[in-house]
Amino acid sequence: MRPCTTRILPADELLAALSDLLPQGERNPHRRLRMAYARNLREGGIEALYCLSQCAQEPYLLLRVRPEGQRLPSLANRFPLMGWYEREMHDLFGLEFEGHPEPYPLVLHEGADPVHPLRVAPSSEPIGFSSLPPAAPVMVGSEIQRLPFGPVRADIVESAQFLFFYIGEGILHYQPRLFYKHRGMEQRFEGSTLMRGVMLSERVSGTDSIAHALAYCQACERALGWAPPPRAIGIRVLLAELERLTNHLHFFGELAKMTTLKVADAEGHWLEERAKQINGTLTGSRFLRGILCVGGLRRDLDLTSLGDAFAALEPEVVAYLERLEDTRSYLDRLLGTGRLAREVAFDQGATGPVERASGLDRDLRRDLPYSGYETLCFEIPGQSGGDAWARALIRRDEIRTSIALIRQCLERMEPGAILSEAVNLAPDPDAEGLGWSEGTRGALYYAIHFDPERGVLDRVKIKDPSFSNWRVFPFTVQDTNLMDYAINEASFGLSIAGADR
Amino acid sequence: MTNWAWFGLRAGSLTTHWPEGPGPDGQEGVRGMPRFHPERCEAGCRDCVSACPTGAITQSQDGQTRIDYARCITCQRCTEVCPTGAFEATPDWAIAVRDRADLVFGEAGYAPSVPHPQPAQRVPYALKRSLHIRHVDAGSCNGCESELEALLNPFYNLHRLGIFFTPSPRFADLLLVTGPVTIAMREPLLRTYEAMPEPRLVMATGTCATGGGIAGGGYACHQGLAGILPVDLWLPGCPPNPAAIMEALLVLLNRRPTRVSRGHLAGS
Repeated sequence: MRPCTTRILPADELLAALSDLLPQGERNPHRRLRMAYARNLREGGIEALYCLSQCAQEPYLLLRVRPEGQRLPSLANRFPLMGWYEREMHDLFGLEFEGHPEPYPLVLHEGADPVHPLRVAPSSEPIGFSSLPPAAPVMVGSEIQRLPFGPVRADIVESAQFLFFYIGEGILHYQPRLFYKHRGMEQRFEGSTLMRGVMLSERVSGTDSIAHALAYCQACERALGWAPPPRAIGIRVLLAELERLTNHLHFFGELAKMTTLKVADAEGHWLEERAKQINGTLTGSRFLRGILCVGGLRRDLDLTSLGDAFAALEPEVVAYLERLEDTRSYLDRLLGTGRLAREVAFDQGATGPVERASGLDRDLRRDLPYSGYETLCFEIPGQSGGDAWARALIRRDEIRTSIALIRQCLERMEPGAILSEAVNLAPDPDAEGLGWSEGTRGALYYAIHFDPERGVLDRVKIKDPSFSNWRVFPFTVQDTNLMDYAINEASFGLSIAGADR
Repeated sequence: MTNWAWFGLRAGSLTTHWPEGPGPDGQEGVRGMPRFHPERCEAGCRDCVSACPTGAITQSQDGQTRIDYARCITCQRCTEVCPTGAFEATPDWAIAVRDRADLVFGEAGYAPSVPHPQPAQRVPYALKRSLHIRHVDAGSCNGCESELEALLNPFYNLHRLGIFFTPSPRFADLLLVTGPVTIAMREPLLRTYEAMPEPRLVMATGTCATGGGIAGGGYACHQGLAGILPVDLWLPGCPPNPAAIMEALLVLLNRRPTRVSRGHLAGS
């Protein structure tokens, strides 16, 4: 797979090989497993792929393993972040992981027909389903309350269920049940053309449309050897930073809402609306959809009014953030709330602002630059507090970085072609590619395999940052109190659509 | 220490007067549903049909083009591939309709693939100036939620129209559904509907809910609300922008007429 180094391993050597590659207790943010997935082989059988990074600025290492009789050793005891990937591979492909510490359904809930939908040919019929309660611990005690909250919850929010066991205000155990929104998006790519894949990727997580489309397009471009022209690369960065800015403004509006600052809530959402309107005027879509395509851009953009729109917005954003930080009740609710230790963040796979707030200094824009980020000048903020306040500080600094990056892009933009000339070449039938982008919520990966006979997409794996951060989040909820829960959840800035796919 | 009340007063009202008075609708430059000019079509050309990622554009044996706007995700691909300009990119956002058939353009008309229950009642007059909405996300990409939340920001300020979101289905008049209805959300959705007092209304919001969108079908999704709940109002859009949702709610309450009939937008 381009641009990875590949090693093919027998299943029984997998754990030993990974233990050598990733020394226990080291916790170097650049040396970690990034994702794992399975795919069907044309000659029959299944292949499991494990993707890891070993060092900044170096291509990823891909370990390819053929399970023996649908069985693989579980890595989750040694690498806890693999727990969800293995459960996903079990639900979708029927792989068995020996010694898995949490052998319960994840992606397909209890009550779904026992078919493994990615193992068989795509069906247009939904699989049978009659809902059953999830596997959950039993907690006994006269004072212990059990609260299953959701999947339909108060407010305009995404669907998920949260199970709380608590005494008074104290939370004893917290278990989110996600994947109510699992749409089977990865399978929707099967048999698609490259262009339909763009439409799909833009709709995996609506508020991360550009991050997804960018990672998808780059995966295809690496697989096919197409290089987008400079103007297309510049506009892609511009759009990616506009998306980050819009999402971070939304984040502060939500944080103000959860800390019951009515005016700050209104102002944060007003600034987000302004950014969305700038997006709409610039691209025709408030979510920046419909511009990217494999090989470049679908159409050129008129950037002349963007500078003025920004000149008006920027001072208001800066003043708003200063006012928030000058609010005692806001600081009071964030400081010390939802603390995530560096060790937990590393072991459980935290990504994006969440990991950078817990002392893990990693950002794909700097560490494995794509789309011309290596030519731009910017700083990656870092914090070590690990609490809601640290996460807010990271996002505050990222807003400043995004504005600076948008400025640089506008200054350097030259007229020119927007689509690679290579796009008319026939795809290499055995092409495979890995694409990535640092989205608002963290590292995002697309792994692409083509169907050589039909020249269309075959297996597409999506690793959304919220899939990683939802796994981490419960560790900050256990042993805290119910009053802080909503603030803590808002400080993670999670997307459920992205995690569920 | 910030005095937020003072900053709030200083900022004053930021709300547009649209749609009940003159003012911006906030959708400058936003692209909407493509408009079709059949007279420009070239015989034998099927470029739009093969480019449409959701099957919204189909062609009959005798070459008649049919567009199901309930399946359109406004990707604009048809406007790019059409060699004769028969599909035109427009700023027309999706307009809500009461009858699903009004979202279909073409002589073939609309024949539901699954029988779907029809809404029983007219919209009660009592709701006209006070409507309470329970929103259910039945598997959306979060785009629709983002635009629904935007309705509460100071620019749109939905409350001024007497329309509110409510946490409990027990207090709700309208069930507003987004997403294609995933297998796991089907039962929670139906139970929310059952928990509502009558008369209860249902609005399918966004192309996933009106026709399955790009996610519908496959092993984990239904094709939107068709065949699942009686729908009083259909609003496609990917996602429908806040102004479109606002207009749709006013159409539901008979405060504005619908402007779409048999796939034609009034004035086009």
